[in-house]
Amino acid sequence: MRIALFATCLADALFPESAASTVRLLERLGHEVVFPPKQTCCGQMHVNTGYQAEALPLVRHHVEAFESGPSWDVAVAPSGSCVGSVRHQHAMIARRYGDDSLATRAEDVASRTYELSELLVDVLGVTDVGAYYPHRVTYHPTCHSLRMLRVADKPLQLLRAVRGMTLIELPAAESCCGFGGTFALKNSETSTAMLADKMGNVLSTGAEVCSAGDSSCLMHIGGGLSRLRSGVRTVHLAEILASTEKIGSPA
Amino acid sequence: MTTFLGSPTFHPGTGNIRGTESFPDAARKALTDTQLRANLGAATTTIRNKRIAAVAEVDDWEELRRAGSALKADVMSRLPELLVQFEENVTARGGTVHWARDADEANRIVTDLVRATGSDEVVKVKSMATQETGLNEHLEENGIAAIETDLAELIVQLGEDKPSHILVPAIHRNRAEIREIFLNAMPGVDPDITDDPRALAMAARAHLRRKFLSARVAVSGANFGVAETGTLAVVESEGNGRMCLTLPDTLITLMGIEKLIPKFTDLEVFMQLLPRSSTAERMNPYTSMWTGVHPADGPQNFHVILLDNGRTNVLADEVGRSALHCIRCSACLNVCPVYERAGGHAYGSVYPGPIGAILSPQLTGTTGHDDPNASLPFASTLCGACFDACPVRIDIPSILVHLRAEQVDSERHGLPGGQDLAMKAAGFVMGSEKRFAAAETASKVGRLLGGRKGRITSLPYPGSKWTGSRDLPTPPKETFRQWWSRTHEDGEK
Repeated sequence: MRIALFATCLADALFPESAASTVRLLERLGHEVVFPPKQTCCGQMHVNTGYQAEALPLVRHHVEAFESGPSWDVAVAPSGSCVGSVRHQHAMIARRYGDDSLATRAEDVASRTYELSELLVDVLGVTDVGAYYPHRVTYHPTCHSLRMLRVADKPLQLLRAVRGMTLIELPAAESCCGFGGTFALKNSETSTAMLADKMGNVLSTGAEVCSAGDSSCLMHIGGGLSRLRSGVRTVHLAEILASTEKIGSPA
Repeated sequence: MTTFLGSPTFHPGTGNIRGTESFPDAARKALTDTQLRANLGAATTTIRNKRIAAVAEVDDWEELRRAGSALKADVMSRLPELLVQFEENVTARGGTVHWARDADEANRIVTDLVRATGSDEVVKVKSMATQETGLNEHLEENGIAAIETDLAELIVQLGEDKPSHILVPAIHRNRAEIREIFLNAMPGVDPDITDDPRALAMAARAHLRRKFLSARVAVSGANFGVAETGTLAVVESEGNGRMCLTLPDTLITLMGIEKLIPKFTDLEVFMQLLPRSSTAERMNPYTSMWTGVHPADGPQNFHVILLDNGRTNVLADEVGRSALHCIRCSACLNVCPVYERAGGHAYGSVYPGPIGAILSPQLTGTTGHDDPNASLPFASTLCGACFDACPVRIDIPSILVHLRAEQVDSERHGLPGGQDLAMKAAGFVMGSEKRFAAAETASKVGRLLGGRKGRITSLPYPGSKWTGSRDLPTPPKETFRQWWSRTHEDGEK
């Protein structure tokens, strides 16, 4: 399958390993990955902060970057929340500003855009990706993966098939970590209180690694765990799935 | 579709639906109250798990939710005609209907009705509408004692406190605190009373029984008003409501205009949705329904006051309108991670939590970013737990996003603030792949901030809002885009 990578702005600029791992994983599974070079950002931060007028050009830009049509079959992003934005916000923004044709085009792009675990399980029909990751791992199912995309236990199906890994259940896993984009700044004290509870649950598992399918949530949880000098690191789901016995953990 | 209900101009809601400080400021105080955090965390966790179990028993729960949502959407689309039908049916059965444009008008009507009876005391059934209008305070100013008969409301009233939860107004109090309140403020309580829940409940029971037998006027809200028959319904758990609705001579009901349902049989849907969502019970212990007056049975004078108080403003917004579908079950509060930490008082309004964050600012309108209610739509991570829990499928996250846009758009005429400039700048950079790549390269100066630690631990304002409690990774040596060019030069351009 010819798969277009939507790297997301956050992964591109700050967490390139999650996008690079997605590429390595899909290529290892025998697929061709292309990187539509025009892509930047889905505009979710603007929409969720109330700047919908500013989001409109970003929606248009994203649609133009990903609608090249039959040159690739599906698009994938290593982020539940960015796919959630493409799927649930883009057409809404276009319609709010009266651009119905853009809305239709956005719906078409959205219908072919998947979050990584959705792509692997639903589209490619694989739960064992042949990964090897000899660590104790706990998994945080991010809110947008869980409730905007309904990925359910797809990430866990993939993780359970990873060899060498001990997967430890995270208490109160479905509670929000408190990131919420600009919420983390506008309501930083409440955000920190939510993070404290999430970190307490992560630490209670005794895991070495906290994983998730969203770099943004991992930036939040990881930022807190780093401040605590907890010794627990955050690793994107794609990085675990891309690891093999042969190459170990990707550099 | 008409939304005109006789208020041709914007008439904002008044009463206890706007606090005095912004959500972040109010939350900051609540977060430092360790007792509050412990009480709230324990209570919401318990009821959250009970609700999940109660809902799981119903095979067609999702269909019931859709039915509830569809019924409420129908009510909103023809509210004017249903209100008239309701008024006609109440009047035909011997009741009197009054219309109140805002909280002040509603309070005046109730006061006049109580005065006309010659009574200086009323017993009250727990009611969000009267909380909203601040009726108790208004009656007190006019020499009329209002006695709350719901146990939690009584605790709040005796403690000279404010409710912090729609269903469990004293959720922020534990039993040791309640014992203190009873000892201080309840007349005739045994000075050796323990904090055993049964002992506390029996003391309240004895206190309230005296009031039920002496009061000649009762004031209630309504969970549902049936347009087809003019019937009102109150659901409750303690039996205090049934006492108030049957013993006094005069019954005065204050009801938001959105509480209507078209037909009596529609109650079937809501009576399944409400108890399981609110108290996690299969059926609430007491459901009282009354239709007009009946000779020698129940109250002989019955008044219902239909309260607008900003609801027509909400109705006029096609996206925000579904906030009026709310049946006040409080399931969204119990699953909200923000409410769980910040508590109910941080929302400033009698409607806290996710539903309050969308309802309060719509009822009052907002006057600018300094308006406390303008901060409410931003008091959410948009995690979506509220939407999943809502028995009538109010898409609270989408309405929050909509109200944020309304807030930002309403202030576009003024000088741009720091946030406006940041968002416009980010939009400009993200609007082009060349500019974005250039910004990524420039951001590598961030590597200097992190130095050899590999993490940024301190940033100037507003970045300090992040680094106050969280590190930030330094930008990587190579962006993804650069990695891709290096490793996939022949890839699609």
